[in-house]
Amino acid sequence: MIKVDQLRISFGTHEVVRGVSFDVPRGGSFGIVGESGSGKSTVLRAMAGLNEDWSGRIAFDGNSAPLKRPPVFFRQVQMVFQDPFGSLHPRQTVDRILSELLLVHTLPDIEKRIKQALSDVALPQTVRFRYPHQLSGGQRQRVAIARALIAEPQILLLDEPTSALDVSVQAEILNLLADLRQARNLTYVLVSHNLAVIAHLCPQLGVMLNGEMVEQLSTDDLRAGRTKHAHTADLRTLSINLEEPA
Amino acid sequence: MLVDIKNLRIAFETRTSRFEAVRGVSMQLGTEKLGIVGESGSGKSLTARALMKLLPNNAKIEADTLSFDGIDILGASERGMRQIRGKRAGFILQDPKYSLNPVKTVGSQIAESWRTHKKGSRKEAAEAAIELLDQVMIRNPRKVAAAYPNEISGGMGQRVMIAMMLAPDPELLIADEPTSALDATVQAEILRLIDDLVSRRGMGLILISHDLPLVSHFCDRVAVMYSGRVVEELKASELVKAQHPYTKGLLNCMPSLMHPKERLPVLNRDAAWLNP
Repeated sequence: MIKVDQLRISFGTHEVVRGVSFDVPRGGSFGIVGESGSGKSTVLRAMAGLNEDWSGRIAFDGNSAPLKRPPVFFRQVQMVFQDPFGSLHPRQTVDRILSELLLVHTLPDIEKRIKQALSDVALPQTVRFRYPHQLSGGQRQRVAIARALIAEPQILLLDEPTSALDVSVQAEILNLLADLRQARNLTYVLVSHNLAVIAHLCPQLGVMLNGEMVEQLSTDDLRAGRTKHAHTADLRTLSINLEEPA
Repeated sequence: MLVDIKNLRIAFETRTSRFEAVRGVSMQLGTEKLGIVGESGSGKSLTARALMKLLPNNAKIEADTLSFDGIDILGASERGMRQIRGKRAGFILQDPKYSLNPVKTVGSQIAESWRTHKKGSRKEAAEAAIELLDQVMIRNPRKVAAAYPNEISGGMGQRVMIAMMLAPDPELLIADEPTSALDATVQAEILRLIDDLVSRRGMGLILISHDLPLVSHFCDRVAVMYSGRVVEELKASELVKAQHPYTKGLLNCMPSLMHPKERLPVLNRDAAWLNP
């Protein structure tokens, strides 16, 4: 479904992604973990078409994505950002935020689709005419997910979708993402610095360090400690140490 | 007793309504490490800010006791508070990106904090800033001192903030979500650094966070707040024996690497938690 091959991205003379390759099957879920500055979000942004300065190959469903993405591309691939405070327009109501996409793609049944989108992400219909600042962080992230799903994409790119949220709200959003993936056979690429979040949602993951994907392994192998690269082992040890209460 | 809070209440009043955000919180702190854990909106940051009298004007504070090292905070003047803020109690904020002055080098910001409270020459202050940067484990302190906040990473920015707070040698350090803007590896490093500095200097620490297991590694005691009250207070080492369903819920809803769960348990909020 998704194929990334020898992806290279530079900012000026500084190469931040140095030949990253991975595949995600249809309905699969691939996690990218790494420290800040490792290039994991940069990979995702290039995949979403937010950065047109890359080389290599990014293909969705067998078709290579061009540098400049046509509108129809965004019916297939959508992205959810880290910060639900920054990624929703502060002066648009939820209704406007959700209908924007439908208008751009001239989809019919706006009324019905918005109602459906809100109920899909378990938001009450009453939030429809509210502004983002009138919602809690978790509700805002649900709106962002609803916006991503309203054009019925097959692929969702998730950039740290829960790291700005409380742990209790994080659990709700992670459950929601798992349910949606199953119900709609979505394909996910999830970027996070939290290994536990990745392991919860993705059966397969890649570890990034300094712009390179140093290791790809299954979550089962990770749990069992069958890691090859020292950085993966470090991240694993840290995650285990911190998740158990003292 | 360094900090003594008894029955603290903070309410926000508007023309038509009144909302009580903190409803009778009591806690005491000596030279030890206390963690305050709760969701956003539980009143944990307000409690810490009340202690520094750093609340917005429309907040009404009431308390039977609110004292810092015997000084009554409620009755203290602004002038008196300035002798406490920074000098005797340092406050580390959440996001270094927004809390540092973007048009001054980090060295000069640390030097400013040192000079304000310690009264020395510019030269001494600049030297002290470099020494402090060294203490917070920055590898090349001279180079970093000359850098602007946008030139350094988030983790380094947080170290700079800590260095700034340590400059006047405070007796208490309040860290309000010091690591939520940072990634997992840096998070652990910063908390270890705070832990180490606090133990070495014999300070008191109030660590505010929403990550219960994480806090338990770096604190002696943990107070769990829900909706403006402390619902449970226990030793960090006895967290697994927590009684309150909210505390248990917070512990259970974390995804875990080693104990995979099909679905994450979600908190079922009980109305009875509001008024125990």
